Amino acid sequence: MRLLLELALTHIAGRGRQTIVAILGVALGVGFSIAMAALMQGTEKDFIAQLVDTMPHVQITDERRMARRQPAEDLFAAAQFEGLRPKEDRRGILNPAAATASLRAWVPGRMAESLRTQGVVRYAGRDVGVTIVGIEPEIEATVSSVVGDFVHGSFDALRAGGNNIVVGDRLAQRLGASMGTTIQLVSPTGQARGFKIVGQFHTGNNARDEGETYVLLKSAQILSERPNAINDIRLRLDDPDAAPRVARQAEAELGYKAVPWQEANESLLEALVVRNIVMYTVVGAILLVAGFGIFNIISTITHEKARDIAILKSLGFTQGNMRRLFLVEGLALGLAGSAAGWVIGFLLCLALSQVEFKLSGAGVGREMTRLPLFWSPWHYAIASAFALVSAGVAGYLPARQAARLNPVDIIRGAT
Amino acid sequence: MTSLIEAEHLTRILPATVPVTLVRDVSLTVGEREFIAITGPSGSGKSSLLYLLGLLDRPTSGSLRIAGHDTSALDDDALARLRLETLGFVFQFHFLLPEFSVLENVMLPMRKMGRLSSAEMRARAASLLEDLGLAGHLDKRPDQLSGGQRQRVAVARALANDPHMVLADEPTGSLDSKSSEQVFQILRDLVHKRGKTVIAVTHDLDIAARADRRIHLVDGRVVSDERVAQAAG
Repeated sequence: MRLLLELALTHIAGRGRQTIVAILGVALGVGFSIAMAALMQGTEKDFIAQLVDTMPHVQITDERRMARRQPAEDLFAAAQFEGLRPKEDRRGILNPAAATASLRAWVPGRMAESLRTQGVVRYAGRDVGVTIVGIEPEIEATVSSVVGDFVHGSFDALRAGGNNIVVGDRLAQRLGASMGTTIQLVSPTGQARGFKIVGQFHTGNNARDEGETYVLLKSAQILSERPNAINDIRLRLDDPDAAPRVARQAEAELGYKAVPWQEANESLLEALVVRNIVMYTVVGAILLVAGFGIFNIISTITHEKARDIAILKSLGFTQGNMRRLFLVEGLALGLAGSAAGWVIGFLLCLALSQVEFKLSGAGVGREMTRLPLFWSPWHYAIASAFALVSAGVAGYLPARQAARLNPVDIIRGAT
Repeated sequence: MTSLIEAEHLTRILPATVPVTLVRDVSLTVGEREFIAITGPSGSGKSSLLYLLGLLDRPTSGSLRIAGHDTSALDDDALARLRLETLGFVFQFHFLLPEFSVLENVMLPMRKMGRLSSAEMRARAASLLEDLGLAGHLDKRPDQLSGGQRQRVAVARALANDPHMVLADEPTGSLDSKSSEQVFQILRDLVHKRGKTVIAVTHDLDIAARADRRIHLVDGRVVSDERVAQAAG
């Protein structure tokens, strides 16, 4: 085997420039795929982190997955309804105190309950539809990401006597209102009250900045005439990945719809999968091209070294030896290429991580200053595994052909 | 006298649209310490016969026993092994690996065989080369040597694994007369001093005339097979 290795290296070394081109081809393929994988996975993780950060990990609402069953359906084996209208139920989550207490017993994380309802903000003759969220400021602060997005004031200011409200900065702009302005809030039931703006936030999400308002839970309950009702429990888990399991259990326990963030963002996560498929296809294509480079050089060597093959075979080398010889040459190129590719990949990642971005915008909120890169030894392993496989195949095909060469044909041809 | 080669009715036909018969019904027996010259006009099948005897090619029909092994029963790998252990080849062109030194070229078959330690192989290769008058050229590359020198390196390589037989295909075909004579002497010494059997295909009548046994081929057929008593030396 050492002998074959030596022969292989001699052959490769005999074609310096071509060897370097083939190795460079593999190296670039491996390097770029490493950098690309790091970037793709980095941005994906960054994206998910942001997603997880801004959304409740599990949201339990007073909806149900299926329309509530009618009592008659439970009583009789066959029942048919016509012209039936389900009874109006404005109680929200039934027995909220018991529900939250039982959740608190086992949910690994924090939770906040609120009453979420629709309403209209009226100011200076302008009406804007908004979501009114009734919260307990100190609990909300532990769950909501809005806490970190305040431009003016805070949730705590809601407590400071009278009817206070926190709104998004864009809403305030649209209305022409500012801190301390009193605006009218009108509920679906027709109740109207004045609320003083004590806080403004900027999340960077226009829909929220334009349409979300926070008031005390009590105020929301009074405004919507639903005393003691809550219709929304949001969980923030210690481990975001546990969300689906927690949601399933909560749903089984309470009977209400519990949506983990993965479900709420299914289409986004699907897009990420598609993105990964695109990435692996491109990387595969690059390495395939590199494989052709290897095929090319091994093929050339086998043609050029046909005489050597004849000599070695006449000396007593077997077909298998010859096949291995050229396979080893292909793998050696693949190996050298991978090694160089690791260096290139590492340097590329290093360079990419130095790139700085200034995201323009209101200047507030999240700013991405560096490209998010994710470093994983798996990227290196997968890229070189792929390179080695393609190098092996690229070496094997000409190797098989070379091994079949009949020495007599070559010796005859030479004489 | 044990037989190194027992060939019976060897025939080799090249399959083609018009099949070409290279070797036609050749039967011969070769023993130890023989110096055989195979002669014949161009295209008479001399080289083809040598390749058959050297296990580089398989006969279309007929049977061939080399050193007691029935070759038709052996697969390609076993043939390669047999070739490695019992045969040495010398071709018209030296066929040395250009990237390796003279010493490394001679060591190649030994390394393939893998019976000797690296130091032993080196010593044996060096002594073979010294016996053939190449003492000062061990570390040179083949292209730094003259044609005659290269051919002597090829002989040393053929002897690397101490084979029973050396098969030579026009060993002097591309050499000047002085080098030819040298190589001829070496081949004859292999028989008379080292006890090898040498089969040489040649159209050099002078060499053929001095062989111990002459086999003449025409159209792939043996037309004469005569032993000549030679004065020793």
